[in-house]
Amino acid sequence: MKARFSINSRNLPTLFTLGLFVIMFAVGSLSFPGFLSPQNFLNLFIDNSYLLILGVGMTFVIISGGIDLSVGSVLAFSTMLSSSLLEKSHWDPLLVIPVVLLAGVALGLFMGYIIQAFDLPPFIITLAGLYLARGLCYVVSIDTIGISNQFWQDAAHAQWNVIGQNFISPSVVIGAVVVIAGVFISRSTKFGRTVYAIGGNEQSAILMGLPVARTKVMIYGLSGFCSALAGIVFTFYTLSGYALNGKGMEMDAIATVVIGGTLLTGGVGGVFGTVFGVLVYGTIQILIVFQGTLNSWWTRIAIGFLVFLFCLLQRVFESRKVGKAKKPEAKVPAKSPS
Amino acid sequence: MSDKAPIVEMRKISKTFPGVRALSDVDFRLYMGEVHAIMGQNGAGKSTLVKVLTGVYKQDSGEVLLEGKPIKPDSPLAAQKLGINTVYQEVNLCLNLSVAENIFIGKEPMKLGRIDWKTMNRKAAEVLARLNITVDVTRTLSSYSIAVQQMVAIARVLDSSAKVLILDEPTSSLDDSEVEQLFKVIRKLRDEGLAILFITHFLDQTYQISDRITILKNGDFVGEYKTDQLPRIELITKMLGKELSEFSYSTNNEDKAKASAKARKDISAVLQVKNLGLEGSIEPFDLDLYQGDVLGLAGLLGSGRTETARLLFGIDSADQGDIFIKGKKSSISSPRHAMMAGIGFCSEDRKNEGIFAELSIRENIILALQARRGVLKYISMKKQLEIAEDLIKSLGIKTPSAASEAKQLSGGNQQKVMLARWLATNPIVLILDEPTRGIDVGAKLEIMEQILNLSREGLGVIFISSEFEEVLRCSTKISVLKDKAMIAELNGEEMTESGIMRTIAGGR
Amino acid sequence: MAWWKYVSSRKIFWPLVALAVLMAFNLFFTPKFFRIEVKEGHLYGNVIDIIKNSAPIMLLAIGLTLVIATKGIDISVGSIVAISAGVVAMLLGGDLLGVPKYPIWIAMGTAILVSVLAGMWNGMLVSRIGMQPIIATLILSVAGRGIAMVTTNALIVWLYIKPFRIYGQGYLLGLPFSLYIIAVLLILTALVTRRTALGLFIEAVGINPTAARFAGINAKNIIFGVYAFSGFCAGISGLIVCSTVMSADGNNAGAGYELSAILAVVLGGTSLNGGKFYLLGSMVGALIVQTLTTTIYAFGVPPEIAQVVIALVVLVISLLQSGKFRTMIAGFFGKRELAI
Repeated sequence: MKARFSINSRNLPTLFTLGLFVIMFAVGSLSFPGFLSPQNFLNLFIDNSYLLILGVGMTFVIISGGIDLSVGSVLAFSTMLSSSLLEKSHWDPLLVIPVVLLAGVALGLFMGYIIQAFDLPPFIITLAGLYLARGLCYVVSIDTIGISNQFWQDAAHAQWNVIGQNFISPSVVIGAVVVIAGVFISRSTKFGRTVYAIGGNEQSAILMGLPVARTKVMIYGLSGFCSALAGIVFTFYTLSGYALNGKGMEMDAIATVVIGGTLLTGGVGGVFGTVFGVLVYGTIQILIVFQGTLNSWWTRIAIGFLVFLFCLLQRVFESRKVGKAKKPEAKVPAKSPS
Repeated sequence: MSDKAPIVEMRKISKTFPGVRALSDVDFRLYMGEVHAIMGQNGAGKSTLVKVLTGVYKQDSGEVLLEGKPIKPDSPLAAQKLGINTVYQEVNLCLNLSVAENIFIGKEPMKLGRIDWKTMNRKAAEVLARLNITVDVTRTLSSYSIAVQQMVAIARVLDSSAKVLILDEPTSSLDDSEVEQLFKVIRKLRDEGLAILFITHFLDQTYQISDRITILKNGDFVGEYKTDQLPRIELITKMLGKELSEFSYSTNNEDKAKASAKARKDISAVLQVKNLGLEGSIEPFDLDLYQGDVLGLAGLLGSGRTETARLLFGIDSADQGDIFIKGKKSSISSPRHAMMAGIGFCSEDRKNEGIFAELSIRENIILALQARRGVLKYISMKKQLEIAEDLIKSLGIKTPSAASEAKQLSGGNQQKVMLARWLATNPIVLILDEPTRGIDVGAKLEIMEQILNLSREGLGVIFISSEFEEVLRCSTKISVLKDKAMIAELNGEEMTESGIMRTIAGGR
Repeated sequence: MAWWKYVSSRKIFWPLVALAVLMAFNLFFTPKFFRIEVKEGHLYGNVIDIIKNSAPIMLLAIGLTLVIATKGIDISVGSIVAISAGVVAMLLGGDLLGVPKYPIWIAMGTAILVSVLAGMWNGMLVSRIGMQPIIATLILSVAGRGIAMVTTNALIVWLYIKPFRIYGQGYLLGLPFSLYIIAVLLILTALVTRRTALGLFIEAVGINPTAARFAGINAKNIIFGVYAFSGFCAGISGLIVCSTVMSADGNNAGAGYELSAILAVVLGGTSLNGGKFYLLGSMVGALIVQTLTTTIYAFGVPPEIAQVVIALVVLVISLLQSGKFRTMIAGFFGKRELAI
């Protein structure tokens, strides 16, 4: 166990991200009075737990070498579905939650199946999924639906004290559970290790007798689950379903994963890094808020730039590795349609 | 050994692919506690035979027996379950996972519903210890050399059920000490009773490690021999399918050799290479090519022929040495540089590196010339057709029209299209890597005829072929390659098949 | 039957058939669909609207056709539209009297320049750094929205400059002005790709990148170029979008256009696997997408839900291009090959 936490090249990107976070937080603390407080730190989790949940799902997808562009829309769809079921159909919350989660899983599995069974590029299928889920929002309702359900209201307003007067919200607990589950799945289950194997070399994974096809479909199902859960958590903030929720959020999710040290080419990285990715993302956001004069849209630009930076680092990292040890190229089955 | 029953017996195996008979009535026997090598040239049927055994292909006729019982594996996985395991040249593991995981993934020890990493790491270390390897099993596989990766691949398939171990070209990317390390492991496993099938192109290694050799040629079974009773020269002659006595004559036209020797005095070299090499690819070599020369590169598969061509054409960048074209030092660091300098190259991998399947023959032919002229100086359609039709006629490309898609042509005609592409650029040096592979006899003769014509017109040609006969027929001189090094140059009288074979068999 | 064989083997044939079928459907089910009126010397009607509304997508599709031909993809075009619209709007200014801050040609030139730079950025990431096209353009697709919003200070900028109207709303000789812009760009692109070796090189790079490199083609420059060009097309498209609504909305301008444009290209016969490209086909593809949308609207379906249909069409077309799917279908219907 000790070896896995020692400083080696695998942990390097995550450490880099941790360092980045510490520096940014320090810069914020020195520049703005009131920035450095336990509550401000906890707010990072309170404000971004939905993103954390999306990021965990996306981490699995990216580790397997795929991509899921539909997460933002599936999140929006699940806000619409839950608010509609609660307010228009008056379902019991304890029924709404599993139904919404199931819908997310079903959407994910559907995309995963098409990607796997027909050997299609994930980006085009999940891009179609993005618009499909976004359109489904309007099928549920064109207008915003406010949520007055008591259970939701309680969840939205609950503040649980930790460390004196500082508090967290139920969303943070859900996010933490998802992270712990994600870490467990990725490190200690056969499914999780198969995800890494697929990302490392899909052909090898098949030859080693791993259930590659099934796992690939399940990965998108998992991402769908996380998107739906993130949608529910999102409604705890907004107490409404709105079809334009989560626009462009796929990029935020991908960004947190990439900044967290997971390689876009797959196979390397982990759920834990994504947590730091989210922290960096959240810090950029509050830095811009504290700064005051900058438009909140600068977050988007900053995140885009960070993703670019990390992709660049990854390329440098890769080319250095390839240069050191010449490896025979993995044979990829020809995909020519002829 | 022969008193025991073989653990694997393949009887009268035949396999036909569209247009090719890959195996006809081939027998193969593998015993416990032996290392058995399968030898043969390109297209001999080695890999097809192994793929039948491992369940990748299904034979058309014949049967496979494992411990006396017929088996019909329908996938490599099914074969694995029967105890037939393969370790491939390109290690089929996941470099991003730990050593221990690569050994155990898919069959991890579990405890309380989770992977028991501690037990897994301990067991992995144990299995590797059996192979005399001590590494940190928790580190990623990518942090170790290919040799260790090979061992890990072997370790993965070594459990109680393993009966047969197939090693497919395991040594091609290993250096000498690594090969020795691997051989130690192989011998140990053999002594423990495992049946090992070893496939390699390296002659020396075959003699070092194998107990028995089965030779195939053109899909036919040539014979099964004990290694210590089969002299090298005989192995080579049997692989090529001729008796040594047949090699007394030279197929080479002596006038040609003389003419070239004479010409050499007053014609400057078109291509000179000094000490060019790339570590892990090909050892440094010298080379002189004069106008009208056809330099044949002869050697067995994997001897470094293609690597030589790739260095000359700038696909791989040499880490030492110089290239001179017409006496001028040229830095060639990309195919584009090579082309601009007047070098043309027809790759042996027509499908992936040569032909544009969906483009027309006309477009395929003018592409390199157009690339040389640049984007803006577009060759007029009339001129394009003229060039294409000229070459179609002069090379005898069989096609209804220049507008047909290249994918509709036969292999031989595609090869001619590639030849045409480079001829259109009017090169100084043309490198042809296996231009006659996978095409019918008539087309082979035509292509060789074209090569001779080109050299007569003053082009310098480098010709690579696994068929020594073809090399001899076309070349004015021959460089012999073996185990990734150029070991000799043969001229005039030395240019005979037996000469080449003796050079290869004789070591460096 | 020789003519039939000739006609049906043209790539443009099936897209045209699809368009015709859609039109025929409308002929029967949508009253007044084909009515064209002449008002103030201009043509009005559903069909004219379709052409007018598909103009931005058509422009994007021209650039995307070349990108997809190299086996790439560009999903940042929608955001570049927003950037271009934002830049031009800010430079013209929201003066209520219609006095532009800077001359119109400077404003438009700058918007196009910025868009080309955005395209070059994509091209650099893909060709020099070697990023996957989807990731490289995803970065700009999201950061680009941010740039557009920052450009417009997150406000919707309204324009009152009359001369600027012509690009999106104007008419020339009875036809929408944007049609002429498309025609000019299309003809120029066709000339540049087909009268020089550029088109051939683009196809060669898309079909077999290794072989292209071995034939001495400078694949990197070509890939860089097509992304830059895609940015250029998106820039012009942004101008037309801005002129049509006489406003710039950094959040919504060009939103979702990338999918429509990709769909147009693919419907037009260019494969997502790269290779042969069909500019005219992409134009027909854009018309199909727009007709489909208009038809859905005509049935009283809200515009937002039309996305579901577009997404489903993308799914179906992707399936049809999948080798595995075709073998499966071929298995159902005997050995006949699907002609797609």
